[in-house]
Amino acid sequence: MVTLKIDGQKVTVRKLSTILDAARKLDIPIPTLCHHPALSPFGGCRLCLVEIKGSPKPVTSCTTFARDGMEVKTTSPQLENMRKMTLELLLSDHPTDCMVCERAGDCKLQELAYFYGIKENRFIGERRTYDKKDGNPFIERDMEKCILCGQCVRICDEIQGVGAIDFAYRGLKTKICPPFDKDLNCEFCGQCVAVCPTGALTGKMWKQKGRQNFTKIDTICPYCGCGCNITLHVRRNEVMRVSSKPETINEGWLCPKGRFGYQFISSPDRLTKPLIRIAPKEYSASYTRNIPPHPPLAKGGLRGGSDIFREVSWDEALDYIAGRLKDIREKSGPDAIGGLASARCTNEENYLFQKFMRAVIGTNNVDHCARY
Amino acid sequence: MDKEIVIKVCTGTGGVASGGEKVLSAFQNAISATDIEATFHERCTAKKVGCRGFCSKDVLVDILINGEKTTYKHVKADMVPRIFDEHIVKGNPVAEWTVEDDYYAFHEKQQKVVLSHCGEIDPEDIDAYIAVGGYDAARKAILSMSPTEIVDAIKESNLRGRGGAGFPTGLKWELCWRIKSDTKYVVCNGNESDPGAFMDTSLMEGDPHSIIEGMIICGKATESHHGYIYTKAEYSLSVKRLQKAILQCYQKGFLGRRIFGTDFDFNLKVFQGAGAFVCGEATALMRSIEGKRGMPRAKMWRSAEKGLYDKPTVINNVETFANIPKILMKGARWYRNLGTEMSGGTKVFSLSGKVMNTGLIEVPMGTTLREIIFNIGGGIEGGKAFKGVQIGGPSGGCIPAGLLNTKIDYETLAQAGSIMGSGGMVVLDETDCMVNTTKFFLEITQSESCGKCTPCRIGTKRMLEILDRITRGKGRDGDIELLEELGRYIRAASLCGLGMTAPNPVLSTLRYFRHEYEAHIREKRCPAAVCRDLITYTISKKICKGCGACKKVCPADAIRGTRKTPHKIDQSLCVKCGTCFDACKFKSIMKV
Repeated sequence: MVTLKIDGQKVTVRKLSTILDAARKLDIPIPTLCHHPALSPFGGCRLCLVEIKGSPKPVTSCTTFARDGMEVKTTSPQLENMRKMTLELLLSDHPTDCMVCERAGDCKLQELAYFYGIKENRFIGERRTYDKKDGNPFIERDMEKCILCGQCVRICDEIQGVGAIDFAYRGLKTKICPPFDKDLNCEFCGQCVAVCPTGALTGKMWKQKGRQNFTKIDTICPYCGCGCNITLHVRRNEVMRVSSKPETINEGWLCPKGRFGYQFISSPDRLTKPLIRIAPKEYSASYTRNIPPHPPLAKGGLRGGSDIFREVSWDEALDYIAGRLKDIREKSGPDAIGGLASARCTNEENYLFQKFMRAVIGTNNVDHCARY
Repeated sequence: MDKEIVIKVCTGTGGVASGGEKVLSAFQNAISATDIEATFHERCTAKKVGCRGFCSKDVLVDILINGEKTTYKHVKADMVPRIFDEHIVKGNPVAEWTVEDDYYAFHEKQQKVVLSHCGEIDPEDIDAYIAVGGYDAARKAILSMSPTEIVDAIKESNLRGRGGAGFPTGLKWELCWRIKSDTKYVVCNGNESDPGAFMDTSLMEGDPHSIIEGMIICGKATESHHGYIYTKAEYSLSVKRLQKAILQCYQKGFLGRRIFGTDFDFNLKVFQGAGAFVCGEATALMRSIEGKRGMPRAKMWRSAEKGLYDKPTVINNVETFANIPKILMKGARWYRNLGTEMSGGTKVFSLSGKVMNTGLIEVPMGTTLREIIFNIGGGIEGGKAFKGVQIGGPSGGCIPAGLLNTKIDYETLAQAGSIMGSGGMVVLDETDCMVNTTKFFLEITQSESCGKCTPCRIGTKRMLEILDRITRGKGRDGDIELLEELGRYIRAASLCGLGMTAPNPVLSTLRYFRHEYEAHIREKRCPAAVCRDLITYTISKKICKGCGACKKVCPADAIRGTRKTPHKIDQSLCVKCGTCFDACKFKSIMKV
């Protein structure tokens, strides 16, 4: 443990903690743009500069280890001037279209510009301009808004282990892009979108779907047994966007399905009640042969119309299943029955299902897409 | 007729470019075609040697007859038969082709320690290196010295990092040696990229074995067994000669397992970088070796603690390593006494720009700039007035005439607003515009910035834009102050050395040549008549003879006039290329 003084307050932190960690522990604000607690220190934005007693130059608090007896000043006229200068420079190479930017109100750069009251810019000059060309349906890249904080590069490399993007080019023209500046063609987990502090990376699916006034509902991702915590951004009973909070079991990380695969929630194809077939099998077989694979649902939400399926309550459906399973078992033996479960269920559910098949039905005919 | 004859032909990059290889083979052919006596071929040899510094006189050829040296300059292959016939066969040097006094003046004030073998021995022949005492220092270090003894010797020698920052080498080695680790690395930084700097490449081409020997000694001192020499793939001759030298070392047992019969192993590889300027920065260089983008890393750890592949690493410049064998053989005290109190030894500089003698020089620390520029460099070309000298490449600063008596040393240069840097010296004369020159240097740093940190990526760009508008006559009041504010900010806030030193040219010229900036901004005038938008060409009616030479060469058809009457320049068409100025024989065209 090391003990240091920040702005006159004493704080004790673990060895190899940075000054920034220590300041956060004291709840002393230090502005940052490139820092992310889960990623390796970067030291690129130069906003978190602090003064250390005895050191001739300011140092970046995110990349300097706290040492015993250190006396740190997080603010001084000189430091604030430098931070202001950094922001001015960043804004001189940034579009000023906050009005229509997807991230307005949720943008770190905008917030800092607001706090530092940057109305005028002494450094108006050349700005990077790029064509938008990505053809993918998930991630919108507006590299003119990129401040090169490198968080997307680091999360892609360090957390996802993919490394689909990196820095390219030099000088003002430095850009973050896939190899050879091609179209983005990765697994589209969208982790980069989640950490981007500005409007450079946004989700195409929630484009112009609104920036404020969402009801945020915490829930669990239904896709797999991992059980990631997700937050649904809901308006008028429609999910507009999915995010995840960093303090959750999944540390805020999500996969492409969890982050972008929420359309099924309001899909008209989705079954919301149990159905029991009422038409004979032969009828439905000939019916499905002659129709396109996804016919529009008939009134009442039944595919093929209410002459094939009947909406029932769960009790009735379960009674019906139990009855039929019993009949088949008695007539043809337990091995005439097979069970298929799903990797989308939890481990516990899948365990119970195989237990049910083996102990209750009495067959080993059980499987699912990730295998038992 | 039983004299020993040695012909040494310069085949450094400059020598090769001027036809050194052809000259060498011409001599070799001449030797083999001669049949004056049976033993002639045994006692007359022609060999290639590295750069001896005076590249503007290449191809330089030394002919030693029984140790008596005659040097020829500007030798071409077709001059070889006459030299061979008159000098080697008949014994009469061809006086009209030999070097003149300036060649000796160039060498007189120099003291060659690091460069002592360059231009003397065949860099591709390990035996030639061994014959001049090569690998004795490595043998001594491995067989009879402990790591502490080596480190103490280097510390005593007061050798400081020749890459430019001047960190004490002995201390760096000691830090690395103290850290316990199963793997450690020794890295040689040969990514020389400053425009006009060619000392590292001259060493790698001219004396590769001294670098390898220095690295072996460092390996012993820090107990590491792996080394990398990082250089640019563009330095093809350096790469070729280093690889050849390493191969010869493996064959002789100076590299590999059980060196000199001890249980000390050392392996060495050449790593060819892709030529990025920023890869000369130690942390970026190590990332580059790891196969990542060469981008500097925040220095949370010293390289000696966590360097290459997060292992303890010593990283030194080419010239630093080349000094090591000499220190061990001639003694640390001798080396220390060569230099000043603060830094021992000598330093290699590449002298370029507007001096008479451009080339590679080596002087003891503490030599004054005046001695370098006026004694070794021979003064300013064309008798013009000296204005300043840019030291340390684009990261350095410009030192004015008033500080010519500055004794060269890391501290004194820093006080004057410059840095030692890699040791490039670009001499400027009265016809150089300081604002324009500064803009040139800043263009390099901006275009080579890795883009990681804001001050360097955007700050230097904005500085460049301000300088650009000043040179185009669009400077505003307050621009000088803005440049100073930006410069101080970039220097203090940047992540790595590239950004921290990038404003040096601006800040140093603002300190010493502020009046030039003011003239550009307030009077819209370029005092040196360089900035195109601020000058006008006019023809003096009194002098112009109406010869039409200017009219003929003008690419914009901006010159009007009939023959034998004074001509006139149409200012609305003139593109200010200056072609007419050069073409006029009567000096009737004026540049204001």
